[in-house]
Amino acid sequence: MNGRAAAGASEIPGVARLERSPFQGRALRSLVLTGGVWLAALIAGVPLVSVLYLLIVRGGSRLSLEALTALPPAGFEMGGGFGNAIAGTVVMVGIAGLISVPLGVVAAVFLAELSPLSRLSRAARFAAKTLTGLPSVLAGVFAYAVVVLTTGSYSAPAGGLALAVLMIPIVVLTAEEAIRAVPRITRDAAYGMGCTRTQVACKVLLPTALPGILTGVMLAVARAAGETAPLLFTALFSSYWLFDGGHPHLMQPTASLAVLIYNFSGMPFENQIELAWAASLVLVSMVLVINVVSRLIGRPRT
Amino acid sequence: MATMMAERNRRETANGMIAAAADPSTNPDVVIDCQLEQVHYGGFLAVRDSHVQIQKGRITGFIGPSGCGKSTVLRSLNRMNDLIRGFRLQGQVRFHGTDVYSRNVDPVAVRRHIGMVFQQPNPFSMSIFDNVAFGLRLNRFKGNMAERVERALRQAALWDEVKDKMKHSGLSLSGGQQQRLCIARAVATEPAVLLMDEPCSALDPIATRRIEELMVQLKQQYTIAIVTHNMQQAQRVADVTAFFSVDITRGSRTGYLVESGPTKQVFESPAETLTKEYVSGQFS
Repeated sequence: MNGRAAAGASEIPGVARLERSPFQGRALRSLVLTGGVWLAALIAGVPLVSVLYLLIVRGGSRLSLEALTALPPAGFEMGGGFGNAIAGTVVMVGIAGLISVPLGVVAAVFLAELSPLSRLSRAARFAAKTLTGLPSVLAGVFAYAVVVLTTGSYSAPAGGLALAVLMIPIVVLTAEEAIRAVPRITRDAAYGMGCTRTQVACKVLLPTALPGILTGVMLAVARAAGETAPLLFTALFSSYWLFDGGHPHLMQPTASLAVLIYNFSGMPFENQIELAWAASLVLVSMVLVINVVSRLIGRPRT
Repeated sequence: MATMMAERNRRETANGMIAAAADPSTNPDVVIDCQLEQVHYGGFLAVRDSHVQIQKGRITGFIGPSGCGKSTVLRSLNRMNDLIRGFRLQGQVRFHGTDVYSRNVDPVAVRRHIGMVFQQPNPFSMSIFDNVAFGLRLNRFKGNMAERVERALRQAALWDEVKDKMKHSGLSLSGGQQQRLCIARAVATEPAVLLMDEPCSALDPIATRRIEELMVQLKQQYTIAIVTHNMQQAQRVADVTAFFSVDITRGSRTGYLVESGPTKQVFESPAETLTKEYVSGQFS
């Protein structure tokens, strides 16, 4: 302490000044940069907030029980809604989840635990990373070639497959990360108890990594729910219910919120345009809720 | 090579008692007879010439400076080192007469009979009950689960502290409690041998003392091998002590067994000068 005081005294004769001096060079620079950072953060938030604002103002007014449950109107018809599109989106995202979650999680176990350094897993990891950047139209073209051309019709499974192609890489990469994050000592404990590799994966790694895996699944679901392009070639659109008279009609064109918004927003009818706004609000709310839920699940707990 | 053999012969005659007990078929008290010639990690010779016996109902302490291979030897006994890439072992580890490294032995089965407690407490991220029941379920135990879990927790001197919160996460306990939970988890399946790899090094002195008292109680029922950095701990708990050192003369750092024998003898009248220097604190 004495040393420091002496050193200070040698630089500044007399008493050291401790008051703020806001017009000194470094203080001024700090002020400007802090302001810049605040501004950048605000600007980054503008798109989401403005989109939400517009959706609530323009879509909220049209939101009603009828809009949520009725079938889409045709032409000059008034009223109507997008109930079948909500159902179609849920069913197709569900199909996509049924395909991508088991496949993705099992692949992640292979990448993270069974053979992390092998040539196969390097190739698979590279493929998954590349797939995350795949234009979603191409996923639609792929599902069109695989399902639509072979079955001869646009259908919910075709849409589901297209969405699954987009979800798989997200599930694989986040699940691998979550499994890798299980501490080495926890694996040691499991092997030390006499677990086989399958038991280590099923009884210890997957339960421990579950919050992280669920977060990844939810993010993938949120991404898939908002996709339009892959559904244009695969599920197309429909003005009818997916379930009619108690039977599902899976192998026929299926409505979805995203395609409904795409179709209706370009129509010259005020009623359809209003419905497109309301459907957008519903879709964004669904994605938002899924994101929030994934954050709640993924929260670290003790 | 010849000098090495000569050295080993001299060592065995120096410890007449150990030499006499070398054949496990004549000595039913030897649970594990470790005849380790060489252990490699990739191209690195980690341990050589370490012949240790784990005797039934006793605590065998492995001591020595850092890098002397004591942990490697311990983890070789239940094939935990198989999980490390590039691990190769020459020699035999006879468990009740069967070489655990022979071709037809399943390492998973070995680990079910030779339990392990690690340096860092590592309970699973599940309830206290499930942690202890883990091994029993793994072995498809069909009896009274709650009773066995309670017995294991009592053996680990943890029952009174956790009996009202069996559904709480094992990770919610303190470090010392977590380590006792790991001991309960290991003894629940009643393994023949319990290996402990520096079980107290992450704990405070009070928790350490509890674990040491626990080990002394457990040896009535279990055979224990413990690696410790702490010579006082070895003196307090171990019946038999094996002293390892590290050989840096050949440009590499290779651990080997210097001598082993009753703890009192190793600490008070060691046969090797190296042991004497180590236990008297001249290097560490």
